[in-house]
Amino acid sequence: MNAEAKAVPAGHIEAPSSLRMIATLGLVAMSSGFLIVSVYQLTKERIAHNERRALEKAIFEVLPDAVDRASFAVEENGFRRLEADEPFVETVYAGYGDNGALVGVAIEAKGQGYQDVIRVLYGYSPSKQCLTGMKVLQCTDTPGLGDRIREPEFRANFEGLDVRLTEDGARLLHEIETVKGGGKAKAGSTDGVSQATPDWRIDGVSGATISSRAVGDMVNASAQRMLPLIVAHLDQLKAKT
Amino acid sequence: MNPDSFAFIFLQACLINNFVLSMFLGICPFLGVSGKFQTASRMGLAVIFVMLVSSTCAFWINELLEMLDAEYLRLICYIAVIASAVQLVEMFIKKFSPALFKALGIFLPLITTNCAILGLALFQTQRAYNFVQCLAFALGAGVGFTIALVIMAGLREELDLADVPSVVKGAALTLVLAGILSLAFMGFAGIGT
Amino acid sequence: MAEKNLPESLDTFVKGLWRENPVFVMLLGMCPVLAVSNTVKNCIAMGLCASFVLIMSSTLVSLFRKHIPKQVRIATFIIIIATFVTIVDYVLKAISKELSDALGAFVPLIVVNCIILGRAEAYASKHNVVKSFIDAVGMGVGFTFALLCLGVVRETLGMGTIWGIPVFGANFERWSILVTAPGGFFTLGAWLLVFSWVRERGRTKAKGGAA
Repeated sequence: MNAEAKAVPAGHIEAPSSLRMIATLGLVAMSSGFLIVSVYQLTKERIAHNERRALEKAIFEVLPDAVDRASFAVEENGFRRLEADEPFVETVYAGYGDNGALVGVAIEAKGQGYQDVIRVLYGYSPSKQCLTGMKVLQCTDTPGLGDRIREPEFRANFEGLDVRLTEDGARLLHEIETVKGGGKAKAGSTDGVSQATPDWRIDGVSGATISSRAVGDMVNASAQRMLPLIVAHLDQLKAKT
Repeated sequence: MNPDSFAFIFLQACLINNFVLSMFLGICPFLGVSGKFQTASRMGLAVIFVMLVSSTCAFWINELLEMLDAEYLRLICYIAVIASAVQLVEMFIKKFSPALFKALGIFLPLITTNCAILGLALFQTQRAYNFVQCLAFALGAGVGFTIALVIMAGLREELDLADVPSVVKGAALTLVLAGILSLAFMGFAGIGT
Repeated sequence: MAEKNLPESLDTFVKGLWRENPVFVMLLGMCPVLAVSNTVKNCIAMGLCASFVLIMSSTLVSLFRKHIPKQVRIATFIIIIATFVTIVDYVLKAISKELSDALGAFVPLIVVNCIILGRAEAYASKHNVVKSFIDAVGMGVGFTFALLCLGVVRETLGMGTIWGIPVFGANFERWSILVTAPGGFFTLGAWLLVFSWVRERGRTKAKGGAA
């Protein structure tokens, strides 16, 4: 112990040559590179697996009838099947049922929330022309207020939400509207639309007015653009393989 | 407001998601250098400067690493390159503008490996900003940091004159004060929606 | 030898946990303490990650302390720390996506946690491996302890749960403010107040005893 304590300062009286410094740094950097690469290789598969599972869980949540899925890249004139999970700027996920038939498409939408960007995934059923579900992927809005858009009451709004297209299939027949909490039922009784018939309105959560309107708006904007594209190129999505 | 626009990213980083008061980045200098108004404003300027330098560096490193398919080296490269870049710039300033160096110099080593700086680099990568957006983000974060620091310094200068029980003096009081400031900054949320 | 070492190593360990607690006494590494202490689970995960990096880097630095030229020591330390942080980041991602999402950028930010570089520079580069290891464990536990102090308060009052399990029943009105940013500042401020009060009392008592 004593010898050590003396040896340390003694070694530092002379400045070491720059060659030695470079050698030390180089050696440390090389072994660190080696360690990182091996850990990266070891964990790569597992991380990809985790990501895939989380994605699939979200997709099957918004497309309740789906048991399998495939990723498609959104391109200028239609969709291109993506092999494995190669990242692409804009991706939609087609969900397939038991018999391998297309049951719906899961689409990601994002927009500015109260605090930061909110990202959601929503499911669309081309045959029923309605949405089948919505899941919040990312939201940092005020806990207890803004983040109540994660609660089942709000999410239920999107199950069966009417998104019929116009005759020419260029846009939504009715824009998705966000109304004040409970306003959906009230408005329904005055203009003759009862709760049972398809509705294109979303009940905002009281206390999370801005966050729920943000979700309504981002789903509307995304649906206005994506749904006509999906309907026009439906057969490209039907092919699972 | 378009969430991808220059102005909005600036506003977002500066006020809504203030680095110090809502994301807890750079707390150490925030508590350490907020005693005097003068020091705080100089420190703020130095931080804005370092943030712009490191954001630029981080953006190009990330481009390079993605080209080489070596994203796993990101963290090490960020740390190493940001630290060296700031040192280089420091030497450069020392040589060509001694006055500026006198004003900012002593703070530069303090902040090069600070979590606000590395956090900036990591967040801009995570959000896949392009170069212009990166600059807006860095500028906003730096200005936001300066605002928080300067407000805090002003408050603490006043507090020096107040009669505070000895138990509360020091870090505890500063943190409670920071909490109140942070509460006030929460009011900025919702701008631009 | 062992008899002589035991109390000393225990002392080194306790020092990190209490007397020189990195967060409450030395006021280091505040950023992650404030940012991820909103739930107990996050606290444990963050504490474990930081402790692992701390222990590994302290041990390595101490092991090679005589071979590292003084002029490049900081650069070397940073590379060592960054390596372990990258490793922890990947391992955490592989273990649980939810957890790594919750901690987010604060795992890579362990690199710039002043506790780790501080211990490497102030302790590990001057002491032998065993001592540095014990010191790192003590500091790691002390850091985790501080995180938990905040986490327990913020999660129970802010969300009415501990480790995700409800403790107050359905009628509890959550103190949402505690899980948001200002709540972090307030809770840490309150804890610092408690600690300085305890110390102050100890001092007056000692004075009273002497007189």
